Amino acid sequence: MTATLIALAVALALALAALASVLSRRLAWKRTSESARGASRILFPFTAHGLSPTALDAALRLARAEQATLVPVFLARVALRLPLEAPLPRQSAVAVTLQEVIDQRAARFGVAVDHRIERGRTHRHALRRTFANERFDRLVLAAAPAGAAGIGAEDVAWVLRHGPGEILVLRPRLDDALRPQARGRPRKPLAASR
Amino acid sequence: MPARVQAQDLDSQRRADRRGRHKVFLGMAAGVGKTYQMLREGQAEAEAGRDVVIGYLEPHGRVDTARQAEGLELIPRRRVSYRGRELEEMDLPAILRRAPELCLIDELAHTNVPGLEHEKRWQDVEDVLTANIDVFSTVNVQHLESLNDQVCELTGVRVRETLPDAVLAAADEVVLIDITPQSLIERLRAGKVYPPERVEAALQNFFRVENLAALREVALRQVAEEVEHKRLPTEADPARVLERARPRADRLIGAAAMQAVGERLLALITPQPSSQRIVRRAWRSAQRLGAELDLLWVQDHEPSPAEREQLEALRRLASVLGAHLLVERGDDVARVAQRVAHERGTTYVLMGTPRPRSALARLRGPSLPNRLLALLPGIDLRIVADRSQRRYERS
Repeated sequence: MTATLIALAVALALALAALASVLSRRLAWKRTSESARGASRILFPFTAHGLSPTALDAALRLARAEQATLVPVFLARVALRLPLEAPLPRQSAVAVTLQEVIDQRAARFGVAVDHRIERGRTHRHALRRTFANERFDRLVLAAAPAGAAGIGAEDVAWVLRHGPGEILVLRPRLDDALRPQARGRPRKPLAASR
Repeated sequence: MPARVQAQDLDSQRRADRRGRHKVFLGMAAGVGKTYQMLREGQAEAEAGRDVVIGYLEPHGRVDTARQAEGLELIPRRRVSYRGRELEEMDLPAILRRAPELCLIDELAHTNVPGLEHEKRWQDVEDVLTANIDVFSTVNVQHLESLNDQVCELTGVRVRETLPDAVLAAADEVVLIDITPQSLIERLRAGKVYPPERVEAALQNFFRVENLAALREVALRQVAEEVEHKRLPTEADPARVLERARPRADRLIGAAAMQAVGERLLALITPQPSSQRIVRRAWRSAQRLGAELDLLWVQDHEPSPAEREQLEALRRLASVLGAHLLVERGDDVARVAQRVAHERGTTYVLMGTPRPRSALARLRGPSLPNRLLALLPGIDLRIVADRSQRRYERS
């Protein structure tokens, strides 16, 4: 009789433990999903021409203050001779390197990051597609200095006219850009250099 | 019934016998020596007593190539009028009337003048093969349809004359004519590829070392994939039946050689932002290995709106990177991964760092990495760590 009771108690304890484990996992999963979806999102577009560390730090500080997720968007330009959905190994090599740089900085700030790559015929076209595809609350834009490649004055003016949500435009210094080393081919590892 | 099956087999064998064999000389660019090698092998066949003719030759004024053609019968080109101009094309009817044993046909991707039997030369070659004439032909790798965009992005040059990949896949033999980019540039400078007035422009545009090196790699991989494809017979393929009949030791050696041909990576992901890190690292590895990359999500539940959003982001990322995103339903990640790895010839599996397991979960069975190791013998397994979490001890 005692042995049966002990066995029953053990079985009950194991069943309860299993149930608790399943429930806690479900709750953790739900919490992660909800936090990923519910938190505010700060869009941070950048191009293959470089990434402004000053602008990135500003976006990260803002994201940390608001407990928001940073959504860096690499704007890939697709030449007219290629289909818009064509794979882009050369630009991908640049994008991947810069995304990793962003991840490392974001980890130091304790900010969650959710990367995107958007293609377009021009940077503005890629931005328009980003606005159509992504949900975000703020946009931090690093404008390229006059004469430099990247998101130029005309693009910034266009964003201010058409961009939804709050827009923060930052003008970086001339020497303020992280650029992966230019390589002819995508297979070589790229190192970010200042 | 068996007698009928046998008769059908014999009939299909006879039909197969009536079709000529196709050997393609593939190169990374003009000037590597495809036509020269084709003519050399044609000469060797003629010396061995076979009836060999040149159906179409484009020597581009290269003296060595023209010399190699000496002694072989040349089917004269036919003259075709198009928009008031007289053009020369391969004479398909004359080749079919002449009916040699072997016909050498240059420039497989060529587009014919409108109004001829076919739009493309590879279609002419099909007719020649159907007439039970063996064909040697030449083509550059950038003409392959599936590689056209890739080559365009690598070199900045769009090739307009394309060839369906199926033509190369159906060829009985593909021979890669390979020389180093430096050697090709030397040949170009020495005037062996283009006339002197075209050399400088060629060096400035297409014939740059980085372009040629990229094209060379594409060509090498293409031929490796063709070889691998031909070594992987389908269920219905008689070669598979023969394969089963081979001694076990032979089969094992064959399987080992087959696996050595190419790498293929499989990254296990979930629709979470953290999976992008795994995809990036897997893509870098795939680039270094020159391998294809598959991304697999084993879907064990209906995705939430947030997961659907992440899945879409992963789909776009895969598209930009040229990877393949697979979504397979199943409850057992390890079993589904095993099936997919088997189907796609995976040699390398990558996954994120597993979450710490509870004591109860540990009691229930081995972890996912351990199960994958058990289920996927001979396949590398790599756990992708989050490098942003890396901490160094200060000395």
